[in-house]
Amino acid sequence: MSEMWTAKLRKKWQKNLPIEKLLPDDQPAYVASWIYVFGVLTLSALAMIIFSGIILAFEGPAWYHTSDAGKFVNSLHFWSVQLFFVFMVIHLWGKFWMAAWRGNRFATWATGAVAFIASIATAFTGYLVQTNFDSQWISFEAKDGFNSVGVGAWFTVTNLGQMLLLHVAFLPLILGAITVVHVLMVRKRGVVPPIDAEPSSVSEGGR
Amino acid sequence: MSTVKESFDAAPWKGKTKRYDIVKEGSVALAFVMVLTIILSLFMGSPDETPLTFKGWAVSNSDNFYATAVQELAGTSGTATYGAPYNKAADGLNLGPLWLQKWAGVTRPIDSVNDFVISPLSTQVMSTDIASALATWNSATAAQKQAWATAYDDAITNAEGKLADVPSGAYGPVPALAQGLTDMAKAGALDAALLSQGGFFQTDNTKQILFFGDGAYLDDAGTAANLQGGTWGMMNETGRYPGQAWLWLYSFWYQIPPFNNEESKPIGANADAYIMAIMGVLSLGLILIPVIPGIKTLPMRIPIHRGIWRDYYRSQAIRKPKK
Ligand code: HEM
Repeated sequence: MSEMWTAKLRKKWQKNLPIEKLLPDDQPAYVASWIYVFGVLTLSALAMIIFSGIILAFEGPAWYHTSDAGKFVNSLHFWSVQLFFVFMVIHLWGKFWMAAWRGNRFATWATGAVAFIASIATAFTGYLVQTNFDSQWISFEAKDGFNSVGVGAWFTVTNLGQMLLLHVAFLPLILGAITVVHVLMVRKRGVVPPIDAEPSSVSEGGR
Repeated sequence: MSTVKESFDAAPWKGKTKRYDIVKEGSVALAFVMVLTIILSLFMGSPDETPLTFKGWAVSNSDNFYATAVQELAGTSGTATYGAPYNKAADGLNLGPLWLQKWAGVTRPIDSVNDFVISPLSTQVMSTDIASALATWNSATAAQKQAWATAYDDAITNAEGKLADVPSGAYGPVPALAQGLTDMAKAGALDAALLSQGGFFQTDNTKQILFFGDGAYLDDAGTAANLQGGTWGMMNETGRYPGQAWLWLYSFWYQIPPFNNEESKPIGANADAYIMAIMGVLSLGLILIPVIPGIKTLPMRIPIHRGIWRDYYRSQAIRKPKK
């Protein structure tokens, strides 16, 4: 029985990420700073982006140019992106100054950094599919950068169809998947202890 | 960092804990972000300048449109002289010995003469002089076409773009073709004709955008909207809205020498490629910060963490007065 792939996977999951770790009702006492809120704020802003984006997708790219409701949903999408980046950058700097990659948490940092890069790519394609003057301008200007290193041969910023599909399908899927992995890793490993926390101090401080 | 400390940091926390409701925290955060986004959207809206059109260009600056059409025929426009991925007219940019642009090849072929001028014009019901100009052009040899278009393009350049000052010459059907395209654009027929080449369904605006950028109209509008790359335009939006501020580092390089000087070789002349490469390396660096000596220890040396975890450090100080 132990040979079964299914059983193996279940055991591994149960060992690494039991439900008590996934949804804990306590945290180490040192988790007491506003900086911890920014990961969750980033996640919330991402939820808003996806929610408003889905509504925009249903109505199509031309909707918000002509409808007040469309304009409002477009504004929700626009501002949640702006907030998302503000929260994420504060989160990033916070984790940097906490050296939050300590204790086997390199992959948590790395997935976060990849999420940052994927977010920039997703936002960039979003600016290209605005179908307004800004997207005309950005596509004309940005093509040179991508062409100059050969990437433009396939990633064609002037191709609205390609950019739209990448923006609403491929890139959000990647970003979403990385984000899920990122957050699960945090839950699996627990929140990183303070920088000078010493092994000896813990037994004294235990409940 | 000692391995004792490393495995301590990795192990589940055995010290003091406290009640912490992460589901509630998440719900409150989501509600907060929702309210904030709604408020911002209601009061600030979002940017949306209507796109420019060929009609707008041909009507507001018809000489410039006309001259650009001639450049497309003569092969002197930005697109016609670009190189990969549109054509083989130039080698494109390089990173030292790496000619990535050229090596990637012509994957989005554009023939500025036919794609921008001749085929769109051929889709129209036209006056007899333009119909005969097209017929003359189509039956001429390649060398003859080139000679006509180049002569006219040079003459317009010599007259500094003032069409009225261009002397007559052996320009063949080129003036009539340029006039025909200008009239077509003025009537609003060119935008769709450029897009629809090749069929019913079209989702690729490459030809429109490239032709558009060859003239002065788009560039002037970009300057007016403060969007030029040399002045941090990459981070700007139209109107009073924040743009892609997160591109600040990318944009930064375009502001400083040698990148901001096209004459400076090899880097300034290939700024796009070098800046892409630099940003690629820096992005990798961001991912690898935890293993980069000197940087990974910065947070230990500059004690911002003392503020973040101040409650913890205070409680430690109380518990261990000897230290
Ligand atoms: C899509 C963007 C991101 C989302 C939604 C996200 C979300 C989160 C959440 C919810 C947490 C746990 C709560 C907290 O400590 O704040 C967390 C932790 C963490 N994040 Fe992110 N994050 C993102 C991007 C990043 C970036 C750009 C970095 C750095 C390059 C990063 C590095 C980390 C690290 C190292 C931790 C673990 C902290 C610890 O163990 O104490 N994250 N993230």
